[in-house]
Amino acid sequence: MIAEFGLAALWLATALAALQLLCGALSLSGRGTGFGQIVRPVAVVQGLLSLTALIALIVVFMRTDLSVKLVVENSHSAKPMMYKIAAAWGNHEGSMLLWVTIMGLAGGFVALVERRLPERTMLATLAGQAFVSLGFYAFLLLASNPFARLVNPPAEGNGLNPLLQDPGLVFHPPTLYVGYVGLSIAFSFAIGALITREVSPAFARAMRPWVLGAWVFLTLGITAGSFWAYYELGWGGWWFWDPVENASLMPWLAATALLHSASVLAARNALRAWTIMLGVIAFSMSMVGTFIVRSGLLTSVHAFAVDPTRGAFILALLAIYIGGALLLFALRAGSVTEGERFAVSSRESALVFNNVMLTSILGIVLMGTLYPLVTEAMGQKVSVGPPYFNPMAAVFVVPMLLVLMVGPLLRWRADNVGRVRMSLVIPLAVLVIASIVGIVIAPGKVLPILGLALAPALAVASLLPLRGREIRRVRLPTWGMVIAHFGVAVALFGMASDSAFTSEKLIAVRVGEAAAVGPWQVTLATIEPVAGPNWTALEADLQARYSGGAAQMLRPQSRSFWTPPQQTNESALLTRWNGQLYTVLGDQTDDGRWQLRLWWKPFVPMIWLGGILIALGGILSLLGRVASDLRRIVARGKIADRREGTAQ
Amino acid sequence: MSAVKAKHQRLILVLISLVALIGAGLLAAWALRNQASYFYVPADMVANPPAPDRAVRLGGMVESGTLATAEDGVTVRFVVADGKARIPVSFKGIVPDLFKEGSGVVAEGQLDGQGLFIASNLLAKHDEKYVPREMKDMTEAQARQTVKETR
Repeated sequence: MIAEFGLAALWLATALAALQLLCGALSLSGRGTGFGQIVRPVAVVQGLLSLTALIALIVVFMRTDLSVKLVVENSHSAKPMMYKIAAAWGNHEGSMLLWVTIMGLAGGFVALVERRLPERTMLATLAGQAFVSLGFYAFLLLASNPFARLVNPPAEGNGLNPLLQDPGLVFHPPTLYVGYVGLSIAFSFAIGALITREVSPAFARAMRPWVLGAWVFLTLGITAGSFWAYYELGWGGWWFWDPVENASLMPWLAATALLHSASVLAARNALRAWTIMLGVIAFSMSMVGTFIVRSGLLTSVHAFAVDPTRGAFILALLAIYIGGALLLFALRAGSVTEGERFAVSSRESALVFNNVMLTSILGIVLMGTLYPLVTEAMGQKVSVGPPYFNPMAAVFVVPMLLVLMVGPLLRWRADNVGRVRMSLVIPLAVLVIASIVGIVIAPGKVLPILGLALAPALAVASLLPLRGREIRRVRLPTWGMVIAHFGVAVALFGMASDSAFTSEKLIAVRVGEAAAVGPWQVTLATIEPVAGPNWTALEADLQARYSGGAAQMLRPQSRSFWTPPQQTNESALLTRWNGQLYTVLGDQTDDGRWQLRLWWKPFVPMIWLGGILIALGGILSLLGRVASDLRRIVARGKIADRREGTAQ
Repeated sequence: MSAVKAKHQRLILVLISLVALIGAGLLAAWALRNQASYFYVPADMVANPPAPDRAVRLGGMVESGTLATAEDGVTVRFVVADGKARIPVSFKGIVPDLFKEGSGVVAEGQLDGQGLFIASNLLAKHDEKYVPREMKDMTEAQARQTVKETR
C-alpha cells in the first residue's frame, strides 16, 4: 500500500514538473501571463511530492516489506534500523529517487525564497529546472522503478553489501547528493539567464548563495567519503583517483571555479559569459559523474549500485541536457555583452588564473577518467591511476596555489604588485625555509616536498588579508575566504605529510608478540570472538605504546556477515595530535600466527580537517551573503514605509 | 603594466584560456599514453611481455594447488593462468576475502626481470554480485578451459 502511495506521488510529481515546464514556457513566450503565476507554487508542491515518494520508500525499507523487489535485493529483517533506512539509497533505484527528490526540493526552495531575480529570468530558471527533472523522473519511472513489487515475495531479503553497513552510508550519499544535485540550480540559473539575456552583477549575487550552499555540501561529502574509504576499505589510502571519486571531484572543481568567477561578476561585472558557461559545466559534471557511477562502464572500488543496461538511458539524458545547454550557450553567448575591463595585475586577473587552472585540472581528471572507455572501444583495456593523476594535477595545482598567495591581496580593476611586495616577504621566506627542510627530511620525493613547502607558506599567506584590519570589523565573507584558503593549506600539509612520512608494517605475529611501526610498539594481546546484530567477528586486542609511553588499546576486527555471506576487515584507528595509527587484522596463517597491517601516518587527519575548514569557510561566506541580503530587504522595506508615511 | 590595450581584452582572455586548456589536454594525452596501466591476460603477457617495472594489470584464474604462503606469513605466491599460459605471482599483504584457488583475480603490479609478477594489489571478486569488469569476459571465455585443465 505504501509502495503504491509512493509510486503515485512520484507520477504526480512528474506531472507537476511537466506542468511547471509548460506554464513557464507559455508565460515566457507571452501567451498568457496568468500561467507564470502558478509556476512557483507548482515547483514547491512538486518538490514536496518527490519528498513524499522518498519517505514512502524509506518506510517500506524500515518495515522490510519483502513484497517490494528493491527491499528483497538490498535489505534484510535482521539488519540494524539505521542500515535499513540507509539501504533505501544504497542501491541504484533508491539513489536515483534521492537524486530527483533533492532536485525537486532545490527547485521548490528556490521558488519559495528567491526574489532578487527579474521575474522572467526566474520563470525561465524554474522551467529549466523542471525540464532537467523530467528526464530523471522518466528515467526512474521507466527504467528503474524503486517501488516495483514481486509476485511471490521470498521469506527473507538478500541483505546489504557489508562494506556499506557503516555509519558512513547514512550520511555520506545524502550529503554528496545535495551538493551534486544542488548544482542543478546553478545550471538552471545559467539557462534562465541565457534565455532572457539577463546576465548582470545582480544575477551573480542571486546565484552565488545557491552555488555556495551546494559547494559546501559537496566539499563535506567528498571529505566524508575520503575518510570513509580510508577506514572502511582497510587499504590505508584516502584517495584512489577512482572513477567514482573523480565523479565527485569534477563537479567540485567546476563549482569552485564558478564561485570565484561569480564573485568577479558580482563585484565587477566582468567574466559574464564565462560564469554562465561554468554554471552549465558544473552540473554537467554532476550528470557525467552519475553516468559514470550508474552505468557500470568503469570499474570502481566504490560502485555498489551499478547496472550497465541503464547506461544508455543516462547517456541519452546527458546528450539532451549537456548538448542542449551548450547549444543554447553557443547561440546566445555572442549576445552577452563584454564585461568591464581590468588590468593584468588585478584581483580579476588572479581569479581568471585560478579559473583557468581549475578548469585545466578538471580537464586532466576528465580525460584520465574517460580514457579507459576510449581505449576499451579500441580493444585495449587500461586503467589510469595515481602515476598519471598526481603529477598531472600538480602541474596546475602548484601555480594556482602560488597565485593564491597573492590574489586576495590585490585590488579590483588595477593594482601594482609592488604595493603588496612587503606583505609577501613572510610567506616567501616560509616557502624557502620549508622547501629546504622538506628536501632535507624527505629527499627525492618531489611532490611531497612541493606540498610540504607550499602548505606553510600558503597558510601564512591566507591570513594576510586580515593584516592591518580591525578583527571585529572583518566581514563574514572575508572570514570565509580566509578560513577556506587556510583549509586548503591544512589539507595540503596532511596529504604531503602522509605520502612523505607514512611508515608501514606488514607482519604475522603470535598472540603476545609485538611489532614496531614508526615510533609505536604494538603488541597483539588477545584474539577474541565477538558478535554483532548480523555478523560475528574475530577481534584483536592491540596494545599500542607511543615511544614507550602508556599502553592504549585498539580493536581491529575481521568480520563475517551472514547475509550476504562475506568478510570485511574493520580497521581500528588511534589518533594523536601529530598523526594516526592505523591497524588492520588479517587472516590466520597455517602455523597459527595472525596477519597484522600497521601504519603510522603523521598528520594525516589534517587532510579531513582541511576539508572541514574549507566547508566552514563556505558556510561563513554563505551566512554573510544571506545576512547582507536580508539587511538590504529590511532597509528597502523601511524606505518604502517611510515613503508611504510622507505621502500620507 | 596597468593599462592593457582594452579593445580586444575578451578575445585575449579567450585565447589565453584556450591555449592553457589545449596545453593541458595535450599534456594529459601524452601522460596517458605513458602512464596508463594496461590489462594483460597470461597469454598476452607471455607473448608480448611489458617492460619490467612498468605498472600493468594481470587478470586470470588462480591455478589450483599453487597458492602458498611464505615463511613470513604475509607473502603469498600463486600462479595466474588462462588455459594458455601461466604467470607466477608474488603478493605481500592481506589477501582480499574472496581470493581463493580456482577463482578469478586481477593483480596490479609489474614484472620483475625473471618473469615473476610482483603484485602490489589484488582485486578479487567482491562478492557474487560485484565482479571486476575485466574478469567478466574471462570467466565466460576462459573459465571453462581453466576448469578443464585444473581438474
